[in-house]
Amino acid sequence: MSPTAPWTVAGVQTALHSKKISARELATEFYANIERQNPVLNAFLTLSPERAYAQADRVDAAIARGEKLPPLAGVPVAIKDVISTCGVRTTCGSKILESYIPPYDATAVARLEEAGSVILGKTNCDEFAMGSSNENSAYGPVRNPVAPDRVPGGSSGGSAAAVAAGLAVGALGTDTGGSIRQPGSFCGIPALMPTYGRVSRYGLIAFASSLDRIGPFAQNVADTAAIMSVIAGHDENDSTSAAFPVPDYASEIERPIQGLRIGVPEEYFGEGIDGEVKEKVSVGIALMEKLGCRRVPLRMPHTDYAIATYYIIATAEASSNLARYDGVRYGLRVPAATLIDMYRKTRERGFGSEVKRRIMLGTYVLSSGYYDAYYLRAQKVRSLIAQDFSDAFQKVDAILTPTSPTPAFKLGEKTSDPLQMYLADIYTVTGDLAGIPGISVPCGKTRAGLPVGLQILGPHFSESRILQLSRAFEIAGGFVV
Amino acid sequence: MTISREDVLRVAELAHLQLAPQEVEMYRGQLDEILNYIGKLQQLDVTNVQPMIQMSFAKDNAKAAPSKSKTEADADLREDVVRPCLMGEAILGQAPDAARPFFRVPKVIER
Repeated sequence: MSPTAPWTVAGVQTALHSKKISARELATEFYANIERQNPVLNAFLTLSPERAYAQADRVDAAIARGEKLPPLAGVPVAIKDVISTCGVRTTCGSKILESYIPPYDATAVARLEEAGSVILGKTNCDEFAMGSSNENSAYGPVRNPVAPDRVPGGSSGGSAAAVAAGLAVGALGTDTGGSIRQPGSFCGIPALMPTYGRVSRYGLIAFASSLDRIGPFAQNVADTAAIMSVIAGHDENDSTSAAFPVPDYASEIERPIQGLRIGVPEEYFGEGIDGEVKEKVSVGIALMEKLGCRRVPLRMPHTDYAIATYYIIATAEASSNLARYDGVRYGLRVPAATLIDMYRKTRERGFGSEVKRRIMLGTYVLSSGYYDAYYLRAQKVRSLIAQDFSDAFQKVDAILTPTSPTPAFKLGEKTSDPLQMYLADIYTVTGDLAGIPGISVPCGKTRAGLPVGLQILGPHFSESRILQLSRAFEIAGGFVV
Repeated sequence: MTISREDVLRVAELAHLQLAPQEVEMYRGQLDEILNYIGKLQQLDVTNVQPMIQMSFAKDNAKAAPSKSKTEADADLREDVVRPCLMGEAILGQAPDAARPFFRVPKVIER
């Protein structure tokens, strides 16, 4: 990590306007930094200098002409490698897409670039976003910049590590069971999962379509809001994207938080939580009270069923979505004498063990004779979990919990036990199942120096409010409590 | 034991996954543990609960609750007007084996 303060959106704007640095020079500085740090961190899988410098030159030309600059002009960003980038390799962290080059951009990527940002490259992640530690990438694990013997979290571990190490000003990740918020928590940066449908999924390579969301990582809450304002909004290429108007998050976040009711559900502080995480999050919640929020104790009785529900629904959808990788249209093909053998050999060689495990679990829960007992029942329990949240939001404006029960764990610590790895998502999967937005904001560090994350969940489309609470928390020093 | 060796082989066949012999037992053990954990959902009474099939706010405003049983027909569909899309080279250029304008695969039908 560089000893100087990391670049922020506002910092980049000021430097460009005052001509202290050009967009091209800034991109060059970031690439030099990536070259130095990436051999250890492994946060980036593919760099896109041609595209980045072409965009930087467009920004510099606009500055030279004295034009009004778009909101993210010259801001270097990184994109998780499950999000399509036209002409730039997109692997999903999988061998099956090792040489896949998308012929189009995801809408979120196109919007970032229209807003002036400079796309540096693609970040490492668990294969097809399936994992909680980034150790399921076919291209090796990412290391946590705060503690390199530890995981950065997953599945968006590369995006979180890149931002935390100052290798990008912001980044896009995706969240299906916690894959934005948990790595944000482990790496000590804000990380926002928007409401389902708030950001278009067009060009996001699907894992579990009823859960998948794209969202930002940034150095601070203001930058998170700035990126959200750009990527949010309806897209005619995604029929599940919401038509509801996009607020100006950057101005909304400055509103006062006095009088807001914050719910604290006891189910999120029970068995399995690390003592220091519990302590830090409690201090964080107390700070929110000092800032004028009213604490309301909550019960959310179906919380304990969330992981089981999630691993039925997500794997069922994944088994269907990943059927497309068959060696016919794109990606890897292992030749064989018959079509069926070609499918089997291609998938055998192309997929890693976690992806195979989830495809098999999903196929099993959807198979004849088990559908009602597993999949249909899980969809019903999903309704109960969503109901817990709608009931809670009758009484409170936001819900505060730890993001993860533990700080970043060591590389290799959980790889031999898939179920233990799944339980690392215990506080985040609920928000995915309910379709609501959630953010992880830094909430101090353990005595060993590992970041702790405070999760703030809100009702559907309440991004402004959870960002507003995060912003007040950040200003009051909550990031270092 | 919830899942047998035969179940694992059957599921792998359905999913077009070829497993090495030593993988079969590994996956059987792991899937068994996961399915036993998932089995806790059987404790809940879901008699009068509607399944949440899809999450969509496409048409609704923020005040609306998520639709719990939305069908495709309810989705926010645009006018059915033909528009240009990616064609030919852009798509076929990614194919492992293209015989333009087709994807070539091993013979499917035996004479």
